[in-house]
Amino acid sequence: METILERVQRSRWWKFHGGIHPPEQKFLTNDKPIRNLPLPELLKLPLKQHIGQKGELIVNVGDKVLKGQALTNSQHPMAVPIHAPTSGKVIAIKNAVVAHPSGLSELCLFLQPDGKEQWRERNICQNIDALSQQDVISKIVNAGIAGMGGAGFPTNVKVNIKNNTSTKIKCLIINAAECEPYITADDLLIREHSSEIIDGVKILANILKPEQVLIGIEDNKPAAIKALQQAITAFDNFHVCILPTKYPSGGEKQLIKILTGLEVPQGGLPSALGIVVQNVATCFAIADAIINDTPLIRRVVTVTGNAVNKPQNVWALLGTPIKHLLQHCHYQAPTKEHLILGGPMMGYSLPSSDISITKTTNCILAPSSEEIPNTNNEVDCIRCGQCADVCPSQLLPQELQWFAKANDHQQLQKFDLFDCIECGACAYVCPSQIPLVHYYRIAKAEIRQQQLQDLKAEKAKARFEARKLRLEKEKIKREEKHRKAAEARKAMMNSNSGQAKGAKSAVAAALARAKAKKAQLTSKTGDIKNTASDNDSSFTNSSTTNETNNDKKLQVAAAIARAKAKKQAKAISSDDNQAEKNLAHQSLDNNKNTATNSKIKLKSAPKNDTPLESTPKTRAEKIALAVAKAKSRKIKTAVDDKKLSSGKNINTDKKQRIAAAVAKAKLKKQQQNKPQIESQIELQNNQSKESS
Amino acid sequence: MTFFIASSPHEHSRSKTSRLMRLVIYATIPGIFAQWYFFGWGNLIHISMAIFCALLTEFTVLSLREKPNGKSISHQLFDGSAVLTAILLGIALPALAPWWITVIGAIFAILVVKHLYGGLGHNPFNPAMAAYVLLLVSFPVQMTNWQPPLSLMSIQLDFGNTLSTILTGYTQEGYSVAQLRTHVDGYTMATPLDTLKTDLTLGLTIAESRAGMIFGDNFALGWEWINLGFLAGGLFLITKKAIHWAVPVSFLASIWLWTLGGYALAPDINAPTMFHWLSGATMLGAFFILTDPVTGATSIKGRLVFGALAGFIVVMIRNFGGYPDGVAFAVLLCNMAAPLIDLYTKPRTYGHLNSKNNTNNENKTTNTNKANKANKANKTANTSKTTKERN
Repeated sequence: METILERVQRSRWWKFHGGIHPPEQKFLTNDKPIRNLPLPELLKLPLKQHIGQKGELIVNVGDKVLKGQALTNSQHPMAVPIHAPTSGKVIAIKNAVVAHPSGLSELCLFLQPDGKEQWRERNICQNIDALSQQDVISKIVNAGIAGMGGAGFPTNVKVNIKNNTSTKIKCLIINAAECEPYITADDLLIREHSSEIIDGVKILANILKPEQVLIGIEDNKPAAIKALQQAITAFDNFHVCILPTKYPSGGEKQLIKILTGLEVPQGGLPSALGIVVQNVATCFAIADAIINDTPLIRRVVTVTGNAVNKPQNVWALLGTPIKHLLQHCHYQAPTKEHLILGGPMMGYSLPSSDISITKTTNCILAPSSEEIPNTNNEVDCIRCGQCADVCPSQLLPQELQWFAKANDHQQLQKFDLFDCIECGACAYVCPSQIPLVHYYRIAKAEIRQQQLQDLKAEKAKARFEARKLRLEKEKIKREEKHRKAAEARKAMMNSNSGQAKGAKSAVAAALARAKAKKAQLTSKTGDIKNTASDNDSSFTNSSTTNETNNDKKLQVAAAIARAKAKKQAKAISSDDNQAEKNLAHQSLDNNKNTATNSKIKLKSAPKNDTPLESTPKTRAEKIALAVAKAKSRKIKTAVDDKKLSSGKNINTDKKQRIAAAVAKAKLKKQQQNKPQIESQIELQNNQSKESS
Repeated sequence: MTFFIASSPHEHSRSKTSRLMRLVIYATIPGIFAQWYFFGWGNLIHISMAIFCALLTEFTVLSLREKPNGKSISHQLFDGSAVLTAILLGIALPALAPWWITVIGAIFAILVVKHLYGGLGHNPFNPAMAAYVLLLVSFPVQMTNWQPPLSLMSIQLDFGNTLSTILTGYTQEGYSVAQLRTHVDGYTMATPLDTLKTDLTLGLTIAESRAGMIFGDNFALGWEWINLGFLAGGLFLITKKAIHWAVPVSFLASIWLWTLGGYALAPDINAPTMFHWLSGATMLGAFFILTDPVTGATSIKGRLVFGALAGFIVVMIRNFGGYPDGVAFAVLLCNMAAPLIDLYTKPRTYGHLNSKNNTNNENKTTNTNKANKANKANKTANTSKTTKERN
C-alpha cells in the first residue's frame, strides 16, 4: 500500500462518499482585495464567541479600554478571552441578541470607539523558534483564538495534545478547502497573507512536531494555490494538496478522509488518529498573536449575494454590527429581507441586522429573492434515494426523515442520526424539496432532551432508592436499640425483683403526678386564653383553638391519669374517686352534647337566645364548655377569613372535626340569607355570652 | 422589518419530483412508438383511457383527503405520478383487451394500491403492476388476448377498427377478437413467450419452436423492437440520473446468468438470453418498473440484490411457472422483499468502523435466540404429543 506521502506526491486522493456540486458563486467576491472599513459607531461584543464557556469579565461599565486589551480572562481551558477591537469606552454590559441560530440573547459588552485606535503595549516576538510549547499555548489562549472555520473550538485545546494523549501527531492538516459556495474569505486571506499563514503553520508544527503538514485546498482557487506553493518552498514536509472541488470536502471529517483515507471513529476526535486540523484563518491569527502580539480582534468576512451591490471581502472588527458591513457594501434590501450568516449550505438565517460579527463569522450572504427563493414546496418523499447517494456520512436520509416524522427515536439512533454533520447535501438534491436537515435538527434536539430527562429520572430513582435503604437501615437500628433497651430493663427487673418493683411503682406514680399537674396547668391557661382571645384576630383565634383542642385532649387524659394515679399511688378506693372517674367519662359524652347544642344554637342564630348556664359546677362541665367554646371559635375563624386550612392541623379527633364541618356548612348556608356582618356580630355576641 | 427565517441549506438544486416523473414519461416514448408500429393503435387507446381514469380517480381521492397545508390539489394531481402509473399500465395491457379492463385497472391502481396505502411515496407495491396482476388473475381470458404483429394479421386493423374492437369486442366489419388473432392457416397466434411455452409442452425443442413465424427473423417479431425502445429510454434516464443504474444492471445480469446456465445445460428446453432480454416485458420492467423508487430497495447494495432477485424470479416463472411472462409477479414479490433487503444492506456510516462485526454478532445472537425458541417450541410440542399419546 502507498504511504500517505506517496499519494500526496502523486496527488492521488481518497474519496469520501457522496458530495454535491452546487453553483460556486465565488466569482462575486474573489476578484477584489480585502477592504478595510471605517470604525463603526458602536461595537457589540458577545462574551462567548466560540464553543465552550465564556470568560470572566475584568472590566466595568465606564472603563476606558485600549485596543487589544483583554476584556475577559480565562480560568478554564474551554474559555477563551475576548479583547477590545479598538480603544474606547465600555458603555454597557447587558444581554443582546447574538449570532446564533436560536436568535437568543446573551451577555454582550458594548464598546464605544473613541477613534484614536490606541494600542496597549505590545511585545513583538523576534524568534518564534525559541518559544516553548507552553509559551505558545499560553499565548494562543491569551490572544483569544478559537477555530475560525465555523465551529469555533478553542485552539489551545486542539494543539495542547501531548499532555492529554500518548498518540504521536502524524499529520497536521491545514484546512483551506473552503467548499461552501459564495465564501472567499480564506481564499483572499491566503492570496494576501500567505507568508503569515505559513508562519502560523510553522508555529503549530514546532509544537506538534507532525511528520507531514498537509494543506488541503480545492482546485477552484488557483491564485491561492500558487501563493501557498511559493510560501512553503522552504519547508520539506509541507505539502499543498490540491483537491477536486466538491462540497463538503472542507468538513473536518471529510478532509481527513480525502487526505489520509482514515475515518474519524464515531464519537472520537481526529487526535485519536494522530491528526490535528486547523483552519487557515486560525493559522493567520496564531501568527499574528505570537509574532505581533496582536490578539484576535478582527477577521475577514465575505459580504456577498445579489442583494449587495458591491460584494467583497472586508476586514471586520469583532463586534461590528452586520448592518455596518452591509451598508459599506451597498446593500439594497429586497422586499422580503433574508440575511444568512455563513454560506448557503450551512449558514443560518438572521433575525435582525443588529447582530455582530464574531470569531466564527466567515460570510454574510444577502441573496435576492430569485437567488434563493423563500418558498416551501415540500411534497411527499418518493424514496428516490438521491439523498443517500450524496450523503457524506453515508447515512440513509430518506429513512431518517421517515423516522423523524414518526418521532421514532429508537430507529433514528439505530440509523445513526447523530453522525449527521448537517451539511445539507441531502436537502439540496431532494426532488421532493423536503427540508431534511430541519427535520433532523428537531429530532436531535428532542432526543437530547429525552436523554436528559431520562438521566434526571434515573438520578431521582437512585436518590429515592438510597433514601429508602437508609430509612430501612435506621429503622432496623432503632428496633435493635429498643430491643436491647427493653432487654436490659427486663434483665434489671428480673435481677432484683423487690427493689425493682418498688422502683417501678414509684416511677409510675411520679409520672402520673407529673401528668396530672401538667394537665391542670394547661387547662387553666387554656381557660384564661379563651376568655382573653374573644376579640383577637383570626390568626390568634386559630392558634388558640389549636391549644384548646389540645387542652381538651390533655384534660381527658389527665382525668384518666389522675384516676389511675390516685388508684395506684394511694391505693385507696373511695366513692369520691369513683365519682370523679365517672365524671371523666361523662365529660366525653357531654362534649358531644355541647357540640350539638352549640350547633343548634348557631343554626338558629338568635340574637338574644338562651344564655348559657351559669358558672359550671363540675370539672367535667367546665371541660365540655371549653370544648364548645373552642368549636364555636373555630367556626368563627372559618367565617372570618375562610381559611379552611387553619383547621387542618388543629383536630385529630374525628368526631369533633365532622361536627365542626357540619356547623360550618350550616353557617355558610345561613350566610347566604343574611348579610355577613350581621352574622358575625351575632356570632361575637354568642361568644361573649358563652365566655361570660 | 421582519427578516425571513429558514433552516439551512438555503440553496437547492431546484429539481422537482414532477420533473423527474416527466422525464420518465418522455423516456417511454421510443418503446410506445415501437409498440404502435408493430401492434397498431391498441395500446395508445388503452394508455389514453388509463390516463383519463387515473387522473379522475386521483382527483376524487385527493379532494376527499386532507389538503396539505392550504395548497391546491392541482399541484399533487399533476405531479406526474398518476399519469406515469396509467402509462405503464396501458403499455402492459394486451392491445385488444376490452375497455373496462383498463378502467378497472386504472381505478384499482390509483385508489387501492396508491391512495389506500397513504398516497404518493407510501405504497408498498408498484401500482401499475399490482393492477396488472389483479386483472390477469381476475380476467385471464381478456388478459391473454394478445394480438399478433400487424404484419402477420389477415385482417386490416386501422384506428377505427381497433377502437371499435376495444369498445365492443368486434371490428367495424364484425370480426371478433378471436378471429383477429387467427392466422390465415387457421391457428390462433400468441406472444412468442406464450408460443414457446405451449410448444415445449407439445414436445418441440426450442429451435423447432423458434422457427415459427411469430418469432420473426431474430428473437421475437415486434417485441424485440419494443424492448430495444424501452432500453433506449432507460439508458436516457440513467444518463439523466433520473433512475439509478443498479437495479436494471443487476436485473439484466441476473436474467443473463440464469438463462445462460439453462441454455448451456439444456439448450433444447431453455431459450437463449437474448430471447429473454428482448421479449415480454423485460426491458420495461428493468428500466421503468423495478426502478420505481417508492417500492424498491434504497441503498446501492440493496438495489443490486433487489434486481438480481427479480431477474431470478422472472426466469423461474418463465421456465417453470404457469404464466408465460413473470415480470409483474416478480416485481410484486420483490416489492415485498424490499424492506427486508433494506434492513440487511444498510451502508456503513462514516466512522462506524466495526459496525459490520457488531451487526453480525447481533444477527448471530438473534439467530441463536430463534434457534433456542424453536427448540423450546419443539420440546413443548413433543411433550404435548406424548401427553396426548398417554391419554
